[in-house]
Amino acid sequence: MDETSIGWWGVPLAIFAGAIRISTPFLFVSLGEMVTEKSGRINLGLEGTLIMGAMSGYGIAYLTGSPWLGVLVAGLVGIAFGMLHAGICSLPKVNDIAVGIALMLLGTGLAFYLGKPLVQPQAPNLPSINFGWWSDLQQVQSALKINALFIIGVVLAPVFLWALRNTRWGLILRIVGDSSDAARAMGYSPLAVRLAATAFGGFMAGVGGSFLSLYYPGSWNEGLSSGQGITAVALVIFARWNPMNCLWASLLFGGASALGPALQSVGVTQGYYLFNAAPYVLTLLILVLSSSSHRHIAGAPGELSVTR
Amino acid sequence: MSNKLEISRRSLLLSGAVGAAGLAVSSLPFGRALAAGSLSVGFIYVGPRDDYGYNQAHAQGAAALKKLPGVKVTEEERVPETVDVEKTMESMINLDGAKLIFPTSFGYFDPYVLKLAKKYPDVTFMHCGGLWKEGEPDNAHSYFGYIDEAEYLSGIVAGHATKSKKLGFIAAKPIPQVLRNINAFTLGARSVDPSITTQVIFTGDWSMPVKEAEATNSMADQGIDVVTCHVDSPKVVVETAEKRGMFTTGYHANQAALAPKGYLTGAEWNWEVLYPSFVADVLAGKTIPHLVRGGLKEKIVKTSPYGAMVGAAARKQADAVKAQLEAGTFVIFKGPIKDNKGNTVIAASVSQGQTDIALESMSYLVEGVIGSTS
Repeated sequence: MDETSIGWWGVPLAIFAGAIRISTPFLFVSLGEMVTEKSGRINLGLEGTLIMGAMSGYGIAYLTGSPWLGVLVAGLVGIAFGMLHAGICSLPKVNDIAVGIALMLLGTGLAFYLGKPLVQPQAPNLPSINFGWWSDLQQVQSALKINALFIIGVVLAPVFLWALRNTRWGLILRIVGDSSDAARAMGYSPLAVRLAATAFGGFMAGVGGSFLSLYYPGSWNEGLSSGQGITAVALVIFARWNPMNCLWASLLFGGASALGPALQSVGVTQGYYLFNAAPYVLTLLILVLSSSSHRHIAGAPGELSVTR
Repeated sequence: MSNKLEISRRSLLLSGAVGAAGLAVSSLPFGRALAAGSLSVGFIYVGPRDDYGYNQAHAQGAAALKKLPGVKVTEEERVPETVDVEKTMESMINLDGAKLIFPTSFGYFDPYVLKLAKKYPDVTFMHCGGLWKEGEPDNAHSYFGYIDEAEYLSGIVAGHATKSKKLGFIAAKPIPQVLRNINAFTLGARSVDPSITTQVIFTGDWSMPVKEAEATNSMADQGIDVVTCHVDSPKVVVETAEKRGMFTTGYHANQAALAPKGYLTGAEWNWEVLYPSFVADVLAGKTIPHLVRGGLKEKIVKTSPYGAMVGAAARKQADAVKAQLEAGTFVIFKGPIKDNKGNTVIAASVSQGQTDIALESMSYLVEGVIGSTS
């Protein structure tokens, strides 16, 4: 081995770097969806919101030259989609899951349609912060080039946990999610709270999408998301509606996604289809191990249609 | 004013007749196509046509047809390899009067193109992929290029550019066409220095942007300094490699604009030369062979212009081999060739030229490739 190679050390490094690079969209979408679900509603349309966010963020960054403006617009588009979902669900006898699926298809189709002229141009990417200055190894330096959005996501997780437990807003959200009757009795409008919570979830998903197109992999194309939004919605259930668990689950998923390419690059070439499936196998395994036949899913909001 | 408002019975009848005649003409399936020297051509792409890759290469061919007088081109993007392509082809035939259809994706052929070729015997189908077999409809054709010739040249340039003697190849799936490219690239590089190796990473599918970026990063971490790929859109690989300071060689189309510092050269399709010749043949009523193949010599494939960083030695060697390939005197798969498990796959006395059918079922990776087909 020559000095430019780090051999097998590349695998843990790739998993570590992958956990940081790949996890950010999962983290943003799952944190946003956690808030939405805590209010008693599930928004499956976040896949469409994520793709719309990726497309609009890229488009705005390309037109204005400012990637951060792209992130902002992606978030605003996300809010619009979240409010659309919440607005339709406010009507009587509307199923939130069906609306979510409809919005997922709408968002994907609309993004592909509007994003047609954006496949070719190169938009400016978000800058990264270099935390690897202390290392001589080029590999470590590259792994520690971290995007500000990831750091924001990591900080948001404990803040959300604290806010849910200790603030008035957190309490209202939980009341609405656990019993809309109780919330009404206390004078809070469940529909208004859910509107705000779903709009917030949409904002987070839009920002998560802009990370995909503006940082990693860093360009707009139609295969960009390939189900990451829907996976992140599933991660919320996996994380038992706990923001810190959303963080760990996203990191786990990101790291596991990096396993396939990393193992091939050090010469473990047999069975790469299996390694590429690692994140999903891992998810199934943890769900099976943590499931219980005689206990209600801990932390599940009482009003949530999937757990009721 | 009053004159204008009055509609005479005669003018009403006249306009009605014109309308009816118009209807009658457009309801005939070959109304427009029969007009002298005019042809309606349909193009079907599996992805977006400006993807810096496979579809863009075909769209450049379609753009070349648009410049021809009397040729009308209809295009549809993002058509999946399902019954959807059948519907698209039917609507191109019935609504746009298409007489020549280019279903450009590999998976369109069987059963969709075959089925419609039987149903519409007067429409010519030109499928990209080289799948036509004896006994299949007469109006279905298949073409493909020996792009491994251009990959061999990319390998030579990459072999001169690498310092670590480690090259990377990001591929979608281990199918014969992909393996042939990986092998040709590696043989080209090893003709410069036999100690060079090519690390292969299979991503599992044709468009996996996150995995392609991750694979490029893993390769950079392993000290690989030249990377190339065989996926539908090389954009992500080329951009990521540029960020990591690696050299790249392109595929399908020219990606030089994405990587001004690292783009050495690339293997490109040259459909803008081939497609006008098909159209000329159809218009002249000539029969087109059922299997059309060719490489640099037939101008079906080409190489990207060298980047400024490509040195004189690399240019000299690559140009020399290119001249031989264009003359048809160079054989890439010339024995003895061993696979990367040590078995001899092409014996010392055997030389498999481009038209050799054995190359179409390639299932091995040559010596020097680090990777496995399963």
